[in-house]
Amino acid sequence: MVDSDNFPAAAGGKRIDEATGTSTVGHEWDGIEELDTPMPRWWLWTFYATIVWALIYVILYPAWPLVNSATTGVLGWTSRGELEKEMRADAVRRAPIVNAIAATPIADLTAKPELMRAAVQGGSAAFKVHCVQCHGAGGAGVAKLYPSLTDDDWLWGGDLTSIAYTVEHGIRNPDHKVTRTSLMPAFGRDGILDAKAIADVVSHIRVISGQEKPSASATRGATIFADNCAVCHGAKGEGDRKVGAPKLTDAIWLYGGDRASLTATIDAPRNGVMPRWGERLDPVTIKMLTAYVYSLGGGEKSALAPAPMPAASEAKGPGANGQR
Amino acid sequence: MIDGLVFKAGGWLALALLALVAAALAVDAPFAVHMVIVAVACLTALWFAVSRADYGVAARGVLQSPADERVYDDDPIRWGVIATLFWGVAGMAAGLFIALQLAFPALNLNLEYTTFGRLRPLHTSAVIFAFGGNALIATSYYVVQRTCRARLAFPTLARFVFWGYQLFIVLAATGYLMGVTAAKEYAEPEWYVDLWLTIVWVAYLVVFVGTIVKRREPHIYVANWFYLSFIITIAMLHIVNNLALPASLLGSKSYAAFAGVQDALTQWWYGHNAVGFFLTAGFLAMMYYFVPKQAERPVYSYRLSILHFWSLIFLYIWAGPHHLHYTALPDWAQTLGMVFSIILWMPSWGGMINGLMTLNGAWDKIRTDPIIRMMVMALAFYGMSTFEGPMMSIKWVNSMSHYTDWTIGHVHSGALGWNGMITFACVYYLVPRLWGRPRLYSLRLVNWHFWLATVGIVFYAASMWVAGIMQGLMWREYGADGYLVYSFVESVAAMHPMYLIRAAGGAMYLAGFLIMVFNVWATLSGRVRAEKPMTETPYNAAADRPLAPVPAE
Repeated sequence: MVDSDNFPAAAGGKRIDEATGTSTVGHEWDGIEELDTPMPRWWLWTFYATIVWALIYVILYPAWPLVNSATTGVLGWTSRGELEKEMRADAVRRAPIVNAIAATPIADLTAKPELMRAAVQGGSAAFKVHCVQCHGAGGAGVAKLYPSLTDDDWLWGGDLTSIAYTVEHGIRNPDHKVTRTSLMPAFGRDGILDAKAIADVVSHIRVISGQEKPSASATRGATIFADNCAVCHGAKGEGDRKVGAPKLTDAIWLYGGDRASLTATIDAPRNGVMPRWGERLDPVTIKMLTAYVYSLGGGEKSALAPAPMPAASEAKGPGANGQR
Repeated sequence: MIDGLVFKAGGWLALALLALVAAALAVDAPFAVHMVIVAVACLTALWFAVSRADYGVAARGVLQSPADERVYDDDPIRWGVIATLFWGVAGMAAGLFIALQLAFPALNLNLEYTTFGRLRPLHTSAVIFAFGGNALIATSYYVVQRTCRARLAFPTLARFVFWGYQLFIVLAATGYLMGVTAAKEYAEPEWYVDLWLTIVWVAYLVVFVGTIVKRREPHIYVANWFYLSFIITIAMLHIVNNLALPASLLGSKSYAAFAGVQDALTQWWYGHNAVGFFLTAGFLAMMYYFVPKQAERPVYSYRLSILHFWSLIFLYIWAGPHHLHYTALPDWAQTLGMVFSIILWMPSWGGMINGLMTLNGAWDKIRTDPIIRMMVMALAFYGMSTFEGPMMSIKWVNSMSHYTDWTIGHVHSGALGWNGMITFACVYYLVPRLWGRPRLYSLRLVNWHFWLATVGIVFYAASMWVAGIMQGLMWREYGADGYLVYSFVESVAAMHPMYLIRAAGGAMYLAGFLIMVFNVWATLSGRVRAEKPMTETPYNAAADRPLAPVPAE
């Protein structure tokens, strides 16, 4: 195939390169020649060393695919096995404190500072995984979207038992019978109150929350409030934690306390939802989350004898990030 | 001959009409937009076919005069150099913009078209496939002709490859902006764009192999081995990874042929070898021609080039699973991905040694020749990232580095340092030769480009190393009680200063590139800056021609 007449360029031949004293290979392409330098020894030996290392490694660890499985390696190592070993060792290390928390009724946790401290620590870690998305990294919530957990204004109660119930059963989970639930009517959207009446109620609320001076509108609003709102929010707007009805007399507003926000809320309330963590997290993690939220600043003393926590039986340690 | 022209013009018109029909029947808007773009491309080709035709020759019924076999076919190379610069500006500017988006999310502009998710593949594809791809095609056309002492085989096909590739880039980029994606990293274009690229790529292979076959040299130069391995392997990777079933033949959506972990492994077999064969083998081919030419020195070791070539292409293809450490991928595959990556270290370094040691006897040029300086820096970064890569493939290291910005830093020290720098050096080498200019407008500006790019890379890589290690450590930080110390968002917040430094580095790199664009533009417009001379590699235009075939006696 090669017609030697037409390949005059190969005529150059070998020569000794002056600068390096090395012979060339004898080919030339567009003026480029190649030296016949031997491969650097360190390069070659390092290459061999990596191959030797690889051969040893594939004997020690799972490596060669077979028909239905693969060689397991003489060390018997698996990544799942390693994870299990580490998790088991850590579960054993933490077992005493985890078991103690499991055995302690949630309301009694504050009486045992050592356990409380450990619970708050664990709760803080679980919070960072499961709760920060809505409540924020520090639990301060998101204005007009999700409530702050750092103040002492609680929708559903701020003692340990109430917080634990909220965390476990969630808020307004339609497919869960014992979830926290209530439904504020859409007074405007559903035509219960007209725009003027809503404006009057807003005036009244802004008066009782100290944002506006009394007015004729507010006086009219007081009557409408008594007829429509007081059943949940209380005659004086003090709220009712049994139905998660917020207090209307303070400066803390979940969805905003200005006229426009209040009007929007009365017109079509949001009826916010929180997942029930009882189905995703183990009981000890729920307790820890409760302790952490309690510790954020607004925790309240239990008023009455605590309702029994249904899920204190399991004593096994929490999995990764508290997942069941 | 007129018949031929009518046939050609009619063909383009028919294709344009077909595309318009597809646009009218399209089941989704992006597909319709793409078909309109295809129709416009066909009509442009039609216009060129008609307006550029040599009617006198055609009317007399004689063949157009055959191409002049005494000069190289450099037109597509000139276009390729300009396309490289054009797409380079677009891709690097997009990169800077998304780097700023990470620091200032408001820059997403609240528009679906400008979100990070859509601009990120635009950036990666523009710099890898548009900037890098055009550089590879242009230099491969240049190198294969010079080292074979023969004109390009199939000149029409060679032009089709260039324009077809640009159409691929436009379809891919506009698709990303419209949200069309196959959701495979570095293989985002959808099925019909993939099919088009396959056609273009096979044409490229035919042109390249055809030129090698008609060579006037007894041996095939090492650069051509690397180009050939790059072209063949990319064809294989592209076809296998993009196997998919379209949801509709008139729609932009398709479903991958693989699912689950098989899909992931196929994707990273492709992804890692896009690095291995596109960004390594292809650019090593550039290195193997332009470094000895610029240094005017023989290649350091022929034996090393043989061993490192074969070991590199044999080993690279197995290393992909190291992208899937600690995932659902079975342990045995992870092991193999890791050990092949480690063995790959020395074969990778073989190219660096061969490039750097080619300067043996011409080391002084590093001081005096800014283009050589760029080549040396490129090889240094190549060596660094091909050490870093095997290191990061070790599972123990990977357990911390994976999913962090260390990976981004690693990729960019390779992309900016190796691929960018060697491309700049080659373009600086090519421009005066391709356009017959006495020299570049300014070698001093090349020096400015060199320093801006180098300092930019240092900012970029260093900030991403710090960022990545910080992320890795924060994500795995456990308190004494055995609980995670940080939430994910806290690690995001901690990244902010690093993102700013990274964007500053990227801005410097882009600034250097804009200096290059100016320098090339000034060179093309025939200007020569009066400045203190620096070392230049002489160019002998008389010797830069193919060996004309000797008629049989």
